[in-house]
Amino acid sequence: MATSGMRAVVVGAGPAGMRAAQTLVAAGIRPVVIDEAGRSGGQIYRRPPEGFVRDAETLYGADAAKARDLHAMFDRLRDAIDYRPDTLAWNVAGDMLHVVTDGVADALPFDALILATGATDRLLPIAGWTRPGCYSLGGAQVALKAQGCAIGRRVLFLGTGPLLYLVAHQYRKAGVEVAAVLDTAPFAAQVRALPDLMVRPGFLLRGASFRAGLQAAGVTVANGVVPRAIEGGREVSGLRYRIGDKEHHVAADAVAMGFHLRSETQLADLAGCPFLFDAASGQWRPDADRDGRSPRAGVYLAGDGARVLGADAAEAGGRLAALAALADAGHAVDAGELAALRRRMAMLDRFRRGLATAFPWPADLARSVADDVILCRCENITAGQLRETASAKGAPELNRTKALSRIGMGRCQGRFCGSAAAEILADARGTPLAEVGRLRGQAPVKPLSMATAKGTRP
Amino acid sequence: MKTRADAIVVGGGIMGASAAFFLARAGRSVILLERGLVGQQASGTNFGNVRRQGRYLHQLPLSNRARDIWLRLPELIGEDCEFLPSGHLRVSYTREQADRIAAYAEDARAYGLDLEMLSSNALRARYPYLSADLVAGCLDPTGGHANPRLTAPAFGRAAVRAGVTLYENSEVTHIGKTGEDFVLEVAGRGELRSPVLLVTAGAWGGRLSALFGESVPLATHGPQMAVTEPLPYRIVPTIGVSTPHVYETVYFRQVERGNVILGGSTRGPASNETNRAAVLPDNFLGQLEQLRRVMPGFAAVNVIRVWSGVESYLPDDMPVMGPSATTSGLYYAFGFCGAGFQIGPGVGAVMAELIATGATSTPIEPYSIARFAR
Repeated sequence: MATSGMRAVVVGAGPAGMRAAQTLVAAGIRPVVIDEAGRSGGQIYRRPPEGFVRDAETLYGADAAKARDLHAMFDRLRDAIDYRPDTLAWNVAGDMLHVVTDGVADALPFDALILATGATDRLLPIAGWTRPGCYSLGGAQVALKAQGCAIGRRVLFLGTGPLLYLVAHQYRKAGVEVAAVLDTAPFAAQVRALPDLMVRPGFLLRGASFRAGLQAAGVTVANGVVPRAIEGGREVSGLRYRIGDKEHHVAADAVAMGFHLRSETQLADLAGCPFLFDAASGQWRPDADRDGRSPRAGVYLAGDGARVLGADAAEAGGRLAALAALADAGHAVDAGELAALRRRMAMLDRFRRGLATAFPWPADLARSVADDVILCRCENITAGQLRETASAKGAPELNRTKALSRIGMGRCQGRFCGSAAAEILADARGTPLAEVGRLRGQAPVKPLSMATAKGTRP
Repeated sequence: MKTRADAIVVGGGIMGASAAFFLARAGRSVILLERGLVGQQASGTNFGNVRRQGRYLHQLPLSNRARDIWLRLPELIGEDCEFLPSGHLRVSYTREQADRIAAYAEDARAYGLDLEMLSSNALRARYPYLSADLVAGCLDPTGGHANPRLTAPAFGRAAVRAGVTLYENSEVTHIGKTGEDFVLEVAGRGELRSPVLLVTAGAWGGRLSALFGESVPLATHGPQMAVTEPLPYRIVPTIGVSTPHVYETVYFRQVERGNVILGGSTRGPASNETNRAAVLPDNFLGQLEQLRRVMPGFAAVNVIRVWSGVESYLPDDMPVMGPSATTSGLYYAFGFCGAGFQIGPGVGAVMAELIATGATSTPIEPYSIARFAR
């Protein structure tokens, strides 16, 4: 089978998408690369707008060299690919990816679609979390990285996961007062995870140094935190929380919160990829083999959009997905390279398991959210309304619950509330989490302007 | 487990759920069978238009009967299903189409439907957000809209409260007739029996009627629906473009909490095998073009979601409704051709009346399944 005519589309220009594109170009393919952002880099290697002067060391810390290499590599590819920044991939129908650039729609036929769509913060509702001044951890990091802005003067970091410590560290380094770093995971979990985390000693050490640096600067860093309420009037004034039997309060004018990450899987869903329940994380993910090949012919998954393994794994995953697409198109691929990448992925997957042990998703916290707390921010639905829908209206799974209560029906399509809604529904129904299913993805993947004009057909 | 009833209703959409409800109120014991959950298919995914205007004149008595039920929903089933009788407006771009609308308004008066023709100036004065290209409109002040996702499930719950036995996730795998009884094989439930069988199975109705020698040319299609982000509540009536051109046929309504629901143009593919229906991206982009044409302000609005569902259509654009022509005790109400939502509760009432009394005061002769035997 000839491969030169292979129509390949890569969605995402973070580490996974960039490496996938590079691998395809090396094989003589000219892929289309769809990037929702204005400049390549994705989230972790996000680049500030043109004209901003902070250097890579300031922006990316210990990852500066990696960031510089990736950006330079992708910039060199520019003439060999069809790069489309500021472009939203809003739908997949059949073997056609539907995109919008600058208000004009286009439809891209593909033989291979590599989805490198990344992840966003996994969130859960806490009383007061809708107050102005509450941000997701990722959002707080983007504000700093892309615009050089902090979300407040005295910022509280709340949640769990490696990002919690990284962003707190970055804020402190940027001169922002860190009110506290409050981790819902017990310290014992982090100790228990050490054997798995030791596969990446450098990464582990770096995380430990963030924590030590914050503590040395006098910042409260606490584990086993049970958040009670984000307090304030029109703005955040602080957090009430508990550790063991003891009540605490910390003053802050902004909260950055996140409970590790969740994959962006809507395009895989619209493409018809089957999903699996991953018991370790309590989340659904598109099925794929170790190279990222989904059972849906022509669709490949790479990076955090497939499974949350982090930036280094995303680079390896991007290469693997591209090699899988090439192999499926009859292209000869280097067996040695394939084996090395697979070994690397296996090691990184062990580290992922370590992270899941160290920073567990606090399911009990989600299940115990009070009835009057807003769960679905887009549609203004409380946890109590969801419980009422589950019991009085007999909704057995999430999509029925959505139909009857509007939970997850708004502009974020459940990205914010979906994880917690599943826990609350499973709790209310007394069924295992897997049985309440997952919210089906619906086009458009992100809100689409009604000014969108029909584009030229290929 | 209940295995025998005065009547078994197959299909828990708005037709089946409301028929079961009215049958129970008429004192009959009823089993309502639904292969999935109540109101998941056409009943739950349609536009939500509660309109009489534009229906075939012969359907207006049924539509009028349904309207009386819509107005009494809280009293009958304990909730209003977000029914908002805020008016239904048809608008047109051409004089020729305006004349057709005006002629319909004349004819409809005899059926108790009073419509008000509006000049282009009157349109502009009352609905300043509409395009200046519109030449005329026709308002049914009694029309409006409701939430389809809530309506059939609400009828289902009311039916259960009225004594109906509801079995969800219960697919009928075979139906036979032994003596006076219909015998239904139901997955996971064994054998159920009843002297009366009402088929309200929508896109799946044709398979069941065929078991009794009554094949119908039923086609499945999906509506092409979308919803915007919430906006300040401004658009009061349901608004639809009246035109002979399919691509121009768009309609929209705003719910009080702010979102605008919209749809129209061509229908999409739908399957009664996979239970899925697709929104066609090109059709969606075409809808946006037409919506900007009828209301230019739409250009500043975002769509947040699209959806479709499995609807059933017959070639003469009329439903199958009434008794079987081959089998006593067997009744049908399916194939509502994308226009069943408003008449739904009326269909339930009429079928219950027909089954309970042997006759109905509402004319439904044009919908007899016998028309396909000829």
